[in-house]
Amino acid sequence: MKKSLSELVVGESGKIISVNGEGRVRRRLLDMGVTAGTELALRKKAPLGDPIEITIRGYELTLRKAEAACVEVETL
Amino acid sequence: MKTFALAGNPNCGKTTLFNALTGSTAHVGNWAGVTVDKREGVYKCKDFRINIVDLPGIYSLSPYTPEEVISRNFILEEKPDGIINIVDATNLERNLYLTTQILEMEVPVIIALNMIDEVEKSGDKIDIAALEKALGVPVVAISALKGTGVKELIQRANALPEKRSATCFFGSDLKARLETAVTFYESKGASSPLFHAVKLIENDEIELAADGSSELRSKICGDEDYESMVADQRYNYISEKLSSAKVKSAKCARTKSDKIDGVLTHRVWAIPIFLVVLLAIFHFTFSENLFFLNGFTDSQAWMPSLVELGLATKTEGGIEYNNFGVELLSVIYDGTVYSPGVILTNFLNLFLDHISSGVVTLMENGGAAEWSVGLVGDGVLGGIFAVLGFLPQILVLFLFFSILEDTGYMARIAFVLDRVFRRFGLSGRAFMPMIMGFGCSVPAAVNTRTLADDRERTATIRVIPFFSCGAKLPILTAVAGGIVTAFGVGNADLITYGMYVLGIAVAIVSVLLMRNTTLRGETPPFIMELPAYHLPQFRNLMLHLWDKAKHFVKKAFTVIFASTVIIWLFSHLSWNWTYLPDEQMQNSVLASVGAFLQPVFTPLGFGSQLGQYGWVFAVAAITGLVAKENVIATFTTLAICIGAYAGGGTEEGVEELTGLISVIMADSGVPQSQMIAALLAFIAFNMTTIPCFAACATAKGELKKGTFRWTLLFWLAASFVVSAAVYTVGSWWWSVFVWLAVAALAAVLIVLNNKGKLPFLKKLKIKRSNKK
Repeated sequence: MKKSLSELVVGESGKIISVNGEGRVRRRLLDMGVTAGTELALRKKAPLGDPIEITIRGYELTLRKAEAACVEVETL
Repeated sequence: MKTFALAGNPNCGKTTLFNALTGSTAHVGNWAGVTVDKREGVYKCKDFRINIVDLPGIYSLSPYTPEEVISRNFILEEKPDGIINIVDATNLERNLYLTTQILEMEVPVIIALNMIDEVEKSGDKIDIAALEKALGVPVVAISALKGTGVKELIQRANALPEKRSATCFFGSDLKARLETAVTFYESKGASSPLFHAVKLIENDEIELAADGSSELRSKICGDEDYESMVADQRYNYISEKLSSAKVKSAKCARTKSDKIDGVLTHRVWAIPIFLVVLLAIFHFTFSENLFFLNGFTDSQAWMPSLVELGLATKTEGGIEYNNFGVELLSVIYDGTVYSPGVILTNFLNLFLDHISSGVVTLMENGGAAEWSVGLVGDGVLGGIFAVLGFLPQILVLFLFFSILEDTGYMARIAFVLDRVFRRFGLSGRAFMPMIMGFGCSVPAAVNTRTLADDRERTATIRVIPFFSCGAKLPILTAVAGGIVTAFGVGNADLITYGMYVLGIAVAIVSVLLMRNTTLRGETPPFIMELPAYHLPQFRNLMLHLWDKAKHFVKKAFTVIFASTVIIWLFSHLSWNWTYLPDEQMQNSVLASVGAFLQPVFTPLGFGSQLGQYGWVFAVAAITGLVAKENVIATFTTLAICIGAYAGGGTEEGVEELTGLISVIMADSGVPQSQMIAALLAFIAFNMTTIPCFAACATAKGELKKGTFRWTLLFWLAASFVVSAAVYTVGSWWWSVFVWLAVAALAAVLIVLNNKGKLPFLKKLKIKRSNKK
């Protein structure tokens, strides 16, 4: 099922379809290894529900829901 | 001597390798124009020496952060003899992404595959020969922490050939498009044409700024977006080549780190745990009652003081200890057990006091003039020592926060608190410097370096002084105590607490205001690696502290030194150039400056309406610029000068202030309510105005060029508005409606302006923000 990364629930994994957004945010996502075809898993959410923490390419990355909304994933 | 640059991701062990290579030769400065650490040092062995420049930790060479731009320009323009690219072997994929960008530049490169021991421990294997083949440059496995492989690394780095041609990692489609751009850059005579070409088709801001490049880009790519394709192909190349180089074991790494993380970022426990950690840090740095051994309140106190034990006697000039041993004991214990931070401070002050009294005695015995003894003893030594006295606590605070940073906990705190801070246009990282402000503004301002965005940094540095620091607490307690004693109203603790809350409120409002006007800008992205937890390294911590200490001492002896001497001179010289002892300070230049400035403070309640003695407040505010401790010291001195008080008080400054208040009220006839309001306004003023010289000097160093004078102006404006509000509302309750109306009007104007509905105002604002 297709959804945005911000909609994943904790423990769910997905494969990235596309990275949208623009400028600095998109560039930073790409640089951190958030590229199409990569698998990721939502590890946890911060105590206040945002930001979120994902596992990608063998490390932990945190990003806000607003930024995660730029990433489209196919759930696994 | 050859120059090599160290490049690599944050948290890949770069600092450890740098320290291992350069040892004591390292020195820290700033890169030109930005406050990013520039660290340099020399590697020495018997055959050769190599100059090592540590580039900032980065993930990529994109144009969006100062760290990345610095690294890029350094490699392209300064043309080092080679790059040592440190790669974290436990996280090869993301680390090699930077490597692929570096390899596009025509510079010799050697890869230091760090933390190889941890990879082996987890059972994984990396085929180094295969990696060398895939990347086309030498790869040396090292452990910077244990020092293994470092020697081989530097030997092979020294033997690198002088030239290397760029490596291209892209598929045929991209390669073909790149060729046109490469030819373009070659014809322009640029070095590393491939690097420029790739950046150009990535739509890189820096490349597009060059002449004719944007036309070229649209010719090659049209409107097509190649940014993600470039990143995809880099990562694809890495994962393809890695699959042959890395053998993964079935064992899952990070289990220990995961367990720790499960507790520290727990849904319920994360915030309470964090608060306890914070409390512990402040307790160990500032508490005068370690572990509350002496009870939680004064009534529970049971430990006898040294005087009560008969080991010391109270005299008019202070406390006299029976012998030097007792004096040394007083550093650790006097009625209560002190915390490590306080013990170190006491110890340093004991040492400095002996120096200063030794010098004074020497001068007096030698028959030096009274003024020269005052100048040297109180002006020069007193001033410098007052500032140096902060050093132990600043360093202890730094040490704790460095440990939090090094262990990886700081990143989690930012993760946990980001939600709260985003509302004000800041990121979770801004929390640390602010909370450090409660201890001391100096380390707090330096800590803002962890903030990525310039505007966020400026806003944070500006509000740090509103988080009332340790030195402002005595002002709060003395004035609050004075109010309670003189008028028999209120509760001193409540007033003190209220002022802390007021400071935080002012900080929040100021950040909101700045982020919506002069420091407008989108909330910076929060996309951050959460590194695995690990133990901090003692050597790194100590080197870090040593840097900070050096920096601070240097400042104490230059800017701060000059300022304190000038203020001392003004307060001890009369207009006809004669020396005045402390007791006659009311005739000094400073006193007349105070009297001259007195009307300025009238709207704040401690100006002309307080009559002929009102200048005392103005002078105290000015001497507070040197160090906030001076405010109460000045009150004490001046209270004696104007005969309001005879000396020999019990609680710090309270009795002096009580005397001062009654003299002023009798003289000027100010009603009680207005006097109380004026005193509260005075505390509020000191809390929000320009901080001490040490903090100013630090803020100046940390702020972008040209913003410091605006920052000074901002502090002045903030303190005038806040204390005027405190005074008027305290004196005439109904004026609260006037203030609310003004605030509402300002808010409406700002909102309308930001929506573009006030074109004339908008023009004005943009002009101002460009200046900043």
